[in-house]
Amino acid sequence: MELELDFEKPVVELKKKLEELKHTEATSKVDLSAAIREMEAKLLELQQQVYGNLTRWQRVQLSRHPERPYALDFIQAICDDFIELFGDRTIADDKAMVGGFGRIGNETIMFIGQQKGRDTKSRKLRNFGMANPEGYRKALRLMKMAEKFNKPIVTLIDTPGAFPGLEAEERGQGEAIARNLLEMSVLKVPVICIVIGEGASGGALGIGIGDKVYMLENTWYSVISPESCSSILWRSWDHKEKAAEALKLTAQDNLDLKLIDGIIEEPLGGAHKDPEAVFKAVKQVIQKDLKALKAKEADVRIEKRIKKFSSMGVVA
Amino acid sequence: MSWFKRVKEGIVTRTEEKKEAPDGLFVKCPSCKKMATAKVIHEHQHVCLNCAHHFQVGSAEYFHILFDEDQFTELDANLVSGDPLQFTDTKAYPDRIKASIEKTGLKDAIRTAHGKVEGQDLVVACMDFNFIGGSMGSVMGEKIARAIDYSLEHKMPLMIISKSGGARMMEGALSLMQMAKTSAKLALLSQARIPYFSLMTDPTTGGVTASFAMLGDFNMAEPNALIGFAGPRVIKETIGKDLPKGFQRAEFLVDHGFLDFIVDRRELKHKLATLIRMLKQD
Ligand SMILES: [Zn+2]
Repeated sequence: MELELDFEKPVVELKKKLEELKHTEATSKVDLSAAIREMEAKLLELQQQVYGNLTRWQRVQLSRHPERPYALDFIQAICDDFIELFGDRTIADDKAMVGGFGRIGNETIMFIGQQKGRDTKSRKLRNFGMANPEGYRKALRLMKMAEKFNKPIVTLIDTPGAFPGLEAEERGQGEAIARNLLEMSVLKVPVICIVIGEGASGGALGIGIGDKVYMLENTWYSVISPESCSSILWRSWDHKEKAAEALKLTAQDNLDLKLIDGIIEEPLGGAHKDPEAVFKAVKQVIQKDLKALKAKEADVRIEKRIKKFSSMGVVA
Repeated sequence: MSWFKRVKEGIVTRTEEKKEAPDGLFVKCPSCKKMATAKVIHEHQHVCLNCAHHFQVGSAEYFHILFDEDQFTELDANLVSGDPLQFTDTKAYPDRIKASIEKTGLKDAIRTAHGKVEGQDLVVACMDFNFIGGSMGSVMGEKIARAIDYSLEHKMPLMIISKSGGARMMEGALSLMQMAKTSAKLALLSQARIPYFSLMTDPTTGGVTASFAMLGDFNMAEPNALIGFAGPRVIKETIGKDLPKGFQRAEFLVDHGFLDFIVDRRELKHKLATLIRMLKQD
């Protein structure tokens, strides 16, 4: 049974009717093929209407869909081999931040990403994808190792934010993220960053400085979540739809603002409707970009990377 | 080119003349509640003579405290905010900017300047909290980036004085990317071995803490300054418990290893100048 979002209701209902019609045809032996064809056409039209005109808030909902593929799903599907690596070598292993060497054909790549859990237990284990400072330091350790062995880096961003906890502050959440921003901007190996779900603020950016930055079609990336923005500006969580519109946080918005390099398309209705297609699309982007990035000298890549981020912003 | 010539070409502000408070005006210390005249407080770097409370002040006061004879050249003084998202909450963003400009006489939440500190060149970027909570949007990011370029070009040390609630919501992801922009520029400054001093003042939180504020060669803070990534209210809501006394204060950060030292504002200039002299390359 697939989980439906509020705005998907008409699609789900029509799907149910279609199933019933098909069932009636099969059991009654009456020819209903014309009616079925008509309804199938109607369903397709409805799907295109619903999913083709998604509001910004609806895309936020899709980015958080509980059946959406998470970082490790991508890594396992894309790689021929993957060896996960743990720990920041200082204090702990942060389960909200995963990483390791993966192989695609002849190419060894360091994969890093925030990881969410799918059931109550694993959600807690993964801290809902909210990393602590040790997560960002683990990510940096792995990135520096990739640099040492001259292997490119791919980061998969999916977080509702860096964890706002007591210990996180004691251990320097701000410093950990800041350090990554600086270090990533001068990494000698190619870096590709892909927002696969939620790209919330500094917690997302902490693994987000790359030669190429992409967003999947139904993801969001901004300075604050629509809910928090709503609670600050309108003093209530009820204006999240309005806040999502105001923040201009979709993939298309970020492309228009020249903050990302491209959008990776998702199947109609979201990545979870056909994960294999999304894995394939992401793998293709990685392979194509790595080829182009590896053709350049390291200092040329770094200069271009710094220039790209330095040009972001609008002043009068 | 001599330094004095550059000053003449630039915009020279004499903060002393502009900001002098009338003698009779009394100010109450928010910490010990003792009264003092505004003039006396101004003469003591806006620090309470009774309890050493550091009053919250802005760029004009810090420039006055730091720069020799109040002489400095302001950089990129005319940069103002655009409205890239056409953002409207209870007020349209351009109206909010306009109102803040009128209220504060500032163009945005940061000013950058070059001057001398005990005879030594220093580029200073200093925030103004009374301009939309010292929030960082494109203007702040761009001004810091250009100040770093200036430091690189003239091989002068850089100081950023932070006082900010974090990234500015009304510019969405553009504000977020100012964290990336400033940090990337600081990487270049670091590679050029030019010293960067980060002074965190009350309060320094959010995206400012999670980027340039924590990236100083020297991370310093004023006494009792609130410094953190998440705000205390958010943390309290997350953990559902009261926060320990002194949590996220400058002294707490020293104890946890994130600051080089705490500096009393009255000693700031001399301590900074001493450090700059120590770091001088032959
Ligand atoms: Zn006092």
